[in-house]
Amino acid sequence: MRGNAQPIPAAARTASVSSRQWLRIASPLALLALWQIAAAEGWVSSHTLASPAQVLASLWALVNDGTLAQNLLVSLGRVVKGMAIAIVAGGSLALLAGLSRLGEYAIDAPMQMLRTLPVLALIPFFILWFGIGETPKVALIAVAATFPIYLTVYAGIRGVDTKLIEVARVIDLSRTALIRHVILPAALPSALVGLRYAVGVSWLILVVVEQINATSGIGYLMNDARDFMRTDIMVVGLLIYAALGLIVDIMVRLLERHLLAWRPSLLGTA
Amino acid sequence: MASVIAGDRMSSPHGPSAGSGAVSIEGVTRRFGDTIALDNVDFSIDDGEFVALLGRSGSGKSTLLRLLAGLDAPDSGQLTVPRERMVVFQEPRLLPWKRAIENVALGLKGSQQLARARAAMVEVGLGHRFDAYPATMSGGEAQRTALARALVRDPKLLLLDEPFAALDALTRMRMQRLVEALWARHRLSVLMITHDVDEAILLADRALVIERGCLLTSVKIDLPRPREVGQPGFVSLRKRLLGAIGVADADADAAAGPETTLLTANPPLDAPIPASRSRIAVA
Repeated sequence: MRGNAQPIPAAARTASVSSRQWLRIASPLALLALWQIAAAEGWVSSHTLASPAQVLASLWALVNDGTLAQNLLVSLGRVVKGMAIAIVAGGSLALLAGLSRLGEYAIDAPMQMLRTLPVLALIPFFILWFGIGETPKVALIAVAATFPIYLTVYAGIRGVDTKLIEVARVIDLSRTALIRHVILPAALPSALVGLRYAVGVSWLILVVVEQINATSGIGYLMNDARDFMRTDIMVVGLLIYAALGLIVDIMVRLLERHLLAWRPSLLGTA
Repeated sequence: MASVIAGDRMSSPHGPSAGSGAVSIEGVTRRFGDTIALDNVDFSIDDGEFVALLGRSGSGKSTLLRLLAGLDAPDSGQLTVPRERMVVFQEPRLLPWKRAIENVALGLKGSQQLARARAAMVEVGLGHRFDAYPATMSGGEAQRTALARALVRDPKLLLLDEPFAALDALTRMRMQRLVEALWARHRLSVLMITHDVDEAILLADRALVIERGCLLTSVKIDLPRPREVGQPGFVSLRKRLLGAIGVADADADAAAGPETTLLTANPPLDAPIPASRSRIAVA
């Protein structure tokens, strides 16, 4: 941007960096202020979108009367159960397909076909099969999250450096030791990418299934609020979903940092 | 794909006694499709002998090493290799998720695995790097770790596949000294692939030249140890080997004749070198 090539004094540079950072925060803050003014001045009805102040007040109220915690636990429980099933199912299927020819023929082709199905299109079937209780919700999350886990673990296993497999043969490593010390650690980075992806998909599915016949959970809270045109509570629900997604992603990243400490890119940062 | 245990399956009951590091290969042929990688190769390594295998890329030297390592099986022929054999590859091939000491100890059987692994690492001069991850090691350190991983298993035969090719010149010299010392102390048989003629003369008892799947020349190297580049006899050996690999210029080839230079096994050490070849020695 600068026309001249004169060196910028260090102090000026720091100042310009911090002011630039400030500008980055300033824009969202200005939008928030605009939103507040628009609501306060009546440009936007609270039936369309509640003001930030109302949202904060509702959040406070929901936290205080325990409604939020109770519904949050229900939503979290659904994701945790679905993810647990997906990790076990996707992981085992990938191990079978990745480690044996027979497994590959039996499992990989159907998995590759099924993964192209849009999972949400299965909702009518799941309601037919499992009713409208908790089961179809957890099952749908489990199915949706199984695919990213399966695909990445399978690819990780198949992508193991054959040079390392040769070393294992030279030092006469047993098959179990080969799987434990060479193949699984080699597949781990890929598997963790799958885990992050699966967590993302889980939240997405959670949001959708909680709109359907739910009697508890964050999605129920939002649906219920819609019936009373409480847009403040609906926004609270959105914020909670966003925060949960962010928190879980950070947790998976921390897990990654811990498990992949041997990686050149992570060495020295841990 | 060939079976994993080819070397053992091919072992002849009349072969060298257990405990010997001797290798013998008779009429071994290996094809990949239409390409003949090894063409009816015969050769042997005596127990405790250090043999260098010289050849250009694509000459079949790596195929030969993979057969001896049991990583590949011949299409025909007889292969007698000690079961206790280890390979050090051009790249260290360490498991990046395991610390150096865990790489060395991996898959060890019997008691005191960690103590043995530590002793092997101390022996290669890495007593201070037990807990290092491969990503934090220098090329030389990683290759020493690979050497320790091989040595800790008490091999009778050590197969080295251009183990120093990726190292800088100074590190390479130190590694050459280390390998020579370990060979002398452990009484191993060694087959080392290299395309560095000087390296072959520095370390080996015998240099074999392989070209298009055929072993062409075998040159005995009986210079006194420790050897140095440029000691008496070194230069003439280097000329001989360079000629055998075919690095000689056209004049020299014409003068010596490919039949006499390339196809004669064990030509006398004091064979006259054509004058026109002396230029190559400097290269």
